[in-house]
Amino acid sequence: MRVGLFIPCYIDQFFPEVGIATLQLLEKQGCEVVFPEKQTCCGQPMANTGMEQEGKKIYADLAELFSDCKYIVGPSPSCVNHIREHYDIIEQTEAIRHLRKNAYDLVEFLVDVLKIDHLDASFPYKVGLHRSCHGLRGMHLSKPSELMCDIPLKWEKVLGLVEGVELAKLNRSDECCGFGGTFAVAEEAVSVKMGKDRLADHLANGVEVLTSGDMSCLMHLQGIAGRQKSGPRIVHLANILNGDKL
Amino acid sequence: MSTHSEKAAAFIKDEARTNWHDGALWHVREKRDAAASLLPEWELLRNTASHIKDNVLANLDDYLIQFEAEAKKNGVVVHWAKDGKEHNQIVGQILQRSNAKKVVKSKSMLTEECKLNDFLEENDIEIIDTDLGERIIQMRKEEPSHVVLPAIHIKKEEVGELFHKELGTEEGNSDPTYLTKAARTHLRQRFFEADAAITGVNFGIAETGGVVVCTNEGNADMGCHSAAVQIHSMGIEKLLPKAEHLGVFTRLLARSATGQPTTIYTSHFQKPQKGKEMHIVIVDNGRSEQLGKEDFRNSLKCIRCGACMNTCPIYRRSGGHSYHATIPGPIGAILSPNRDLKKYSDLPFASTLCGSCSDVCPVKIDIHEQLYKWRQEIYKHHELPKSKSIPLRITGKIFENPSIFNSVGKIARSSLKHLPRFMVYNNLNGWGKQRELPEVPEYSFKEWYKKQKDE
Ligand code: SF4
Repeated sequence: MRVGLFIPCYIDQFFPEVGIATLQLLEKQGCEVVFPEKQTCCGQPMANTGMEQEGKKIYADLAELFSDCKYIVGPSPSCVNHIREHYDIIEQTEAIRHLRKNAYDLVEFLVDVLKIDHLDASFPYKVGLHRSCHGLRGMHLSKPSELMCDIPLKWEKVLGLVEGVELAKLNRSDECCGFGGTFAVAEEAVSVKMGKDRLADHLANGVEVLTSGDMSCLMHLQGIAGRQKSGPRIVHLANILNGDKL
Repeated sequence: MSTHSEKAAAFIKDEARTNWHDGALWHVREKRDAAASLLPEWELLRNTASHIKDNVLANLDDYLIQFEAEAKKNGVVVHWAKDGKEHNQIVGQILQRSNAKKVVKSKSMLTEECKLNDFLEENDIEIIDTDLGERIIQMRKEEPSHVVLPAIHIKKEEVGELFHKELGTEEGNSDPTYLTKAARTHLRQRFFEADAAITGVNFGIAETGGVVVCTNEGNADMGCHSAAVQIHSMGIEKLLPKAEHLGVFTRLLARSATGQPTTIYTSHFQKPQKGKEMHIVIVDNGRSEQLGKEDFRNSLKCIRCGACMNTCPIYRRSGGHSYHATIPGPIGAILSPNRDLKKYSDLPFASTLCGSCSDVCPVKIDIHEQLYKWRQEIYKHHELPKSKSIPLRITGKIFENPSIFNSVGKIARSSLKHLPRFMVYNNLNGWGKQRELPEVPEYSFKEWYKKQKDE
């Protein structure tokens, strides 16, 4: 199964280990993974600031790069959600339609397409799951606490396949961490306060390692924890699922 | 005028107060969750409500005409106001004709929107807000900071002080029961003296021509029953086709607002009492313009339950006044730019687009998607500050070109690694004020990939 690996810009530049884990994990699952090296970004930073018109070329180029992959998989619900929801502003070429239909977040791909029921990984820690908003409410990788209906818990399911993971219960199970792209800078005070509160919730519940499918949220939380010189260890889900050690 | 982010930063300076505000509203959100979870049909109710409102908005002209005709048959005087100014003039004329000097009002965000109180006071008419929260705000000469809990930003100790000064309660006593009792005694007198009563409207029923007002303190009833003249101010979007649709909304409204199964009073006003007058003022004030904008039409479904405010992690930490608009929070941030794009161009950015507002909304308004769309409109109308648009335009150009992206990335990483700390962490770097930047890795993913492929 030919899978195109989509690595968002900031993961490429700052968190290569997340990309590596994603690649290795997919290969272990028997996927033939290709990585088009010309990719840069999904265009979300511009779009979320109101400048989606400026991102049209980025959208079209990205779609072209992946046009011969059956699936396109990236370790970032936020970017994948953006591709699905907001690539409606350019001409819906074959390539664009293909990308929007076949772009998956890593965890979603593992659960919905590969239907995994086993992982060769162990992670003996109390883990706090940050249910990032775009994955949660945009893609329903877990159940938002506001909704009163049944939604399969995909993040929780994959974590449950890792030996030794003890999933922490949080006081606020799915509140936003306050990252929000350019929001993090434009609304610095609220953003940081939200992040501090998220960290405090995890700490109060004995979390040793905080994880999430979205590295951008983690980058923000890690930044605050780093400045405060306190907080749990922070690790992307892909690394845990890949069996990486702390 | 300062922007949301400046006002929010000022609010958050007092971190203990922020925590208290956040906690109080989160408590309401939890009560809402508990109440909603008891109804297996919750999501079905939301769907139904949303569909009923779709129908109303698609046929608003017909329903308004029907409503007016039915109301007239009941002996109600119906008025139409195109904007807030006309609304105030109409209310002023009604009061003048009946020689009313003292007016009691029960909560209405619409009259806030029209700035009715200021207008009446300028015309020497005494207007008293009778709902406890509204009364507190009125005494403090402030605007409400929430649509359901207008004084949620004020602590009980502060109310104690205010009442001591204004109503002569014991100094230092901030016991809620004591203060409520004092307010009630003070207001009882106002009800007796009132010449006219004004209320907002939660729902107008096209089929019957009647209006429904939902309150917890019963002040709409008190006012309307005692005064000789009753006036109901209603936005054009408040209609429901039939009385049978009401139950869907009353079940959703109270649960979403406070977690109660129903409001304590759901008062129906249909015709004037013998020898008395009943007026309904139907107000547009920008709503029909909103109706014409397809992307933003849905926001007119709002039933003002306040759930989106309670759930919004930004609202909870920045306070209602930071939105500098009559309706704060997520819904306010999509309604306000419709009124004045320039003045409110900061509000659609006061969100992480987390989507919690859309999921909590009982009438399923796609609030966070509308916030996203407003941002695009703001850029198109050149209201995006250059401090945002220029860097992002450059970023966009970099992303368009993979080899530039790679080299810029490399330069950025190496400078972050080697620059002295003061050059990275300074006032120009909003990220670094209270956060570390990520540690710089030895290589990018692409560099790693290339290397291992070549090997
Ligand atoms: S937008 Fe929805 S949640 Fe917010 S006040 Fe209106 S009805 Fe309630």
